[in-house]
Amino acid sequence: MKVKAVAKGDAVSVKMLIKHPMEMGRRKDAEGNLIPAHYITEVTVKYNGEIVFHSELGPGVSMDPYLAFTFDGAKAGESISLSWMDNKGQSERVDAIIGGT
Amino acid sequence: MTITRRRFLRTLGGTLASAALAVTIPLQVFAKRSDEAFLSGSLEEAINAKYGSLPIEDSGQIQIKAPQIAENGAFVPVTISTDIPGATSISIFAEANFSPLVASFDVLPRMHPDVSLRIRMAKTSDITVLVKAGDKLYRATREVKVTIGGCGG
Repeated sequence: MKVKAVAKGDAVSVKMLIKHPMEMGRRKDAEGNLIPAHYITEVTVKYNGEIVFHSELGPGVSMDPYLAFTFDGAKAGESISLSWMDNKGQSERVDAIIGGT
Repeated sequence: MTITRRRFLRTLGGTLASAALAVTIPLQVFAKRSDEAFLSGSLEEAINAKYGSLPIEDSGQIQIKAPQIAENGAFVPVTISTDIPGATSISIFAEANFSPLVASFDVLPRMHPDVSLRIRMAKTSDITVLVKAGDKLYRATREVKVTIGGCGG
């Protein structure tokens, strides 16, 4: 997962790019077999243990999901923790330091 | 769509797996993931599964930024924001997709009601955005013309 978190005044803008196939479960491989659905179901971002962003995704989100949002009350130099999990139970967690402008 | 036994079991398995995972996140409890809403095949069913039968009102206080024409339906950039007071949830639907519900966002206290993402669109259709505030849903739509569908064959 690539993360860019930048503080501007009191607000922090967060952009993340997650490497993931986001397979819809409706495509077929070269032999005509259905490729099973494999997609991220949830993305959560925490700041100081508090959840500041939570979203549920379905297979309609593009491959390698890009998500961006803004939250208040954090400063450059502090860190946020980002995590996702998918419908196969795989997950990833990344800590990112908030940068300044 | 026919529901084969295998498909049913796989779906059930997936649901149980995500339910089991949800239990491992004790910090803050969210409403159960709306699996049914994500699997619903029509816009109406998806809205119902996600939000129940709350009244829906068209709103000019929801902004949808999306290209008028998307050459590649596999990557359609969308930004949604709202200035409806007391918004708690934002959902985005692509009406012509096999499963219209694309993503839902909780509007948490520190968060600005403004999100961006890239979505798949099977073909030219409306993007519908619903914002929940109180016991009401507010709706805005925007058409995106899709040159090449983004949901594969």
